Amino acid sequence: MARFPFSAIVAQDEMKQALLVSAIDPAIGGVMVFGDRGTGKSTAARALAGLLPPISAIKDCPYGCSKDDQARYPEVCGSGPLRKRAVPFVDLPLGATEDRVLGALDLERALRSGEKAFEPGLLAKAHRGFLYIDEINLLEDHLVDLLLDVAASGENVVEREGLSVRHPARFVLIGSGNPEEGELRPQLLDRFGLSVEVRTPADVADRVEIMRRCAAQERDPQGFADEWAEEDAKILHKVARGRKKIATMKVSEAVLADCAELCIAVGADGLRGELTLMRGAKALAALNGARAVRREHVIAIAPSALRHRLRRDVLDETGSTARIERAIDELFG
Amino acid sequence: MTAAPPVDPLADALLALRLFLIAPDKLGGLCLRGGGPARDLVIERLHEQHGQLRRLPPHVDDERLLGGVDIAASLAAGSTVRQRGILEKAGGTILIAAMAERMTEALAGRLAQQLDIAETGNRFGLVLLDDGIAEDEAPPAPLLERVAFICDLTRVAALDAPMPDASAIPIDAVAPLEDDALEGLAATAAALGVGSIRPLIFAAEAARAHASLQGREQPSTADLQASARLVLAPRATQLPPLEDEETPEPDRETGSDGERDQSDPGDRPLEDVMLEAAAAAIPPDLLAQLSSGKSKRRAHGSGGGRRRKSTVRGKPLGARPGMPRGGARLALIDSLRAAVPWQPLRRREAGLSERARLILHKQDLRVRRFEERAAKVTIFCVDASGSAAAARLAEAKGAVELMLAQAYTTRSEVALVAFRGTGAELLLPPTRSLTRARRALAELPGGGGTPLAAGLQAAREVAEAVELRGRTPSLVILTDGRANIAGDGSASRSRAAEDAHAAAKAIAVRGIEALVVDISPRSTPDTARLAQAMQARFLALPLADARRLHAAVGASTQARAA
Repeated sequence: MARFPFSAIVAQDEMKQALLVSAIDPAIGGVMVFGDRGTGKSTAARALAGLLPPISAIKDCPYGCSKDDQARYPEVCGSGPLRKRAVPFVDLPLGATEDRVLGALDLERALRSGEKAFEPGLLAKAHRGFLYIDEINLLEDHLVDLLLDVAASGENVVEREGLSVRHPARFVLIGSGNPEEGELRPQLLDRFGLSVEVRTPADVADRVEIMRRCAAQERDPQGFADEWAEEDAKILHKVARGRKKIATMKVSEAVLADCAELCIAVGADGLRGELTLMRGAKALAALNGARAVRREHVIAIAPSALRHRLRRDVLDETGSTARIERAIDELFG
Repeated sequence: MTAAPPVDPLADALLALRLFLIAPDKLGGLCLRGGGPARDLVIERLHEQHGQLRRLPPHVDDERLLGGVDIAASLAAGSTVRQRGILEKAGGTILIAAMAERMTEALAGRLAQQLDIAETGNRFGLVLLDDGIAEDEAPPAPLLERVAFICDLTRVAALDAPMPDASAIPIDAVAPLEDDALEGLAATAAALGVGSIRPLIFAAEAARAHASLQGREQPSTADLQASARLVLAPRATQLPPLEDEETPEPDRETGSDGERDQSDPGDRPLEDVMLEAAAAAIPPDLLAQLSSGKSKRRAHGSGGGRRRKSTVRGKPLGARPGMPRGGARLALIDSLRAAVPWQPLRRREAGLSERARLILHKQDLRVRRFEERAAKVTIFCVDASGSAAAARLAEAKGAVELMLAQAYTTRSEVALVAFRGTGAELLLPPTRSLTRARRALAELPGGGGTPLAAGLQAAREVAEAVELRGRTPSLVILTDGRANIAGDGSASRSRAAEDAHAAAKAIAVRGIEALVVDISPRSTPDTARLAQAMQARFLALPLADARRLHAAVGASTQARAA
């Protein structure tokens, strides 16, 4: 089925911005989406994966490795020619076991030929693409720890069942969850690069537009995709340009100072906040085709980059977003 | 409201079933709440109309669900035999999930994922049978999100509703909804507090299905009304702002009530007509809850009510070598995995051919292992009466918040029961969410009599429910012990004390761990006696602030655990 076009998603601008920024610089470390059900979280994540241009990967490589990966992990990839394949999008189900996620002994081959082979898991499938976890707050803790570790290191190391395998697993982790149904540990939240809060659009006109587009897509998926192809191409162009630009994008001392001041003002713990803020601003500038990173980029990405890193004050009811906005107002007025 | 016609839940369920059968691909399925003959009748009708039904037992595992290697067959055949999963061949069929309220989140997640990614024409329908009795028992919210109709059959009186006939015209002949119809649906959903977009999309489809049933190429107001009633109303989280004596809000259209003509909705805004239809179908208990402004529980998670976090008792730690005895279960796959690499060697040793069967040794056997970290649920039972001064209430609130702030590291949950006036109520079902707790606490009013017995009883009921779910409850009772309202709500100091004593004994009989905190400025022996009857620890904290209270509770429960 043709995927829902990214550009056809109504409203939810912050989520779209965060997803695009993470597509430009996957090293930012994934996106955590907070919000109720039925707000288009998974639709947006899927749409983004569908939007991006195919990657060229080694044919028959179970991990979808690039040429560079092949040089680094000669033992796992074949040596076949390069083939185009779609950007992987892996939807991690809640009940997934460690075996399914990490990969495990290939039982089939073991039974058939007594051969000790590794059967790649979901992490391998997600390499160079997106790993989407709906309701990450309900996922078993040990699985979440493991996922974040792999996402941070870009490599999956399996040492179990007599297997010793190391394979690349670089992916953008997209988590979603509703804080009303259980909190995430702060250590874990901190590992996500960006976070966004989505709400269902309150505007009736927006909601009607969503219904109209969903109905149109349902009736004729291909026709609907064609209708939006041009808009999608524009976004794709921006992403492609951004990816090229980001390598040479400079961050001035003044902008670095802005980042640091803002982090201190809101009380964001740790260096990770500052680093993500800077990276996010850089990627956003690249996405928008700016020549250099400016303060406006820092301000635009700050809520996403810092919201989930604020020290929680049990007795302060002010939302994180409001605290960041207040700090921005006070600092940069 | 005098306006809307009475709604027969069984007739509506059958109508919902018919609509679902008209467009199974687009409407997802339905949820039937409440067992009994009415539901059997609906299922029977479903059988008559649709040949491909399949029951999905709650214990189905991933291999059966998604397919995988059939180990037994593979071993017997000496070659790999795959088995197809239920979901792989589910396209076009209808899965009936019995006991859906007990379904694990993992299974629900799989089904939801499958419903999302299945392509048009290859989708399966889902019928959730919800046997829940308690309010917070409901099928997993992700699945309720993905079925169009939620039918409550707990109040069916007579079994004489007919099954609506098949469609008059094919649904493809029905035009898409006009803009004003879409706007009407969106506004209705907003008025009912239905936030999610999925029900809206279902509602639009259901209106078209209803039109095809009635033989209309252009969906009419009646179709929209039916769809609002069947799809949106059961998910309502707030009362529509219609003129109603019980609704405190002033209404924007007061006065139209008298001259309204029920049979001719033509000159009134579409949204109002639909709202009215929906309002008539909103369950009466929800109305009661909402009008008393108490239960906000259903306001989150799109109509489902929250369920417990997980049904696994402790987290699985994989398998370890050992014999399956003493309650330990054999981990078949892991045992085979352990044996497989040795097969060539063992065959050679035993002088058997390459085709020989699998040779299992004792040391290959693996047993399942779980980490028994049964989650702890701390149930605060707070005296919110006039005699427990308002300041103490604030401290109790603070302590609950502090406990919760830690909850995500300890994986424990917190519940809150408050008693005041003439009764007790569960303000916060067991949760780990700080957001919800804060809201419940902010709404906790103080003042009135001290129905201690009712409070203790309510707390015990919550504790028992917690135990049933495999958690360990722990009661923390904050009171000054001055009971003055008896168990039946009458104001009699002596009876009240007696009833409280009996309720305390009941807690002791159940063996529920408890801590009684005396929060009165001058401690009386009453509270200590209460603790004794409860076999609870006793703590007098006349001057404690929130942090000290929290520390005391923490220390006390840890001492217990040690």
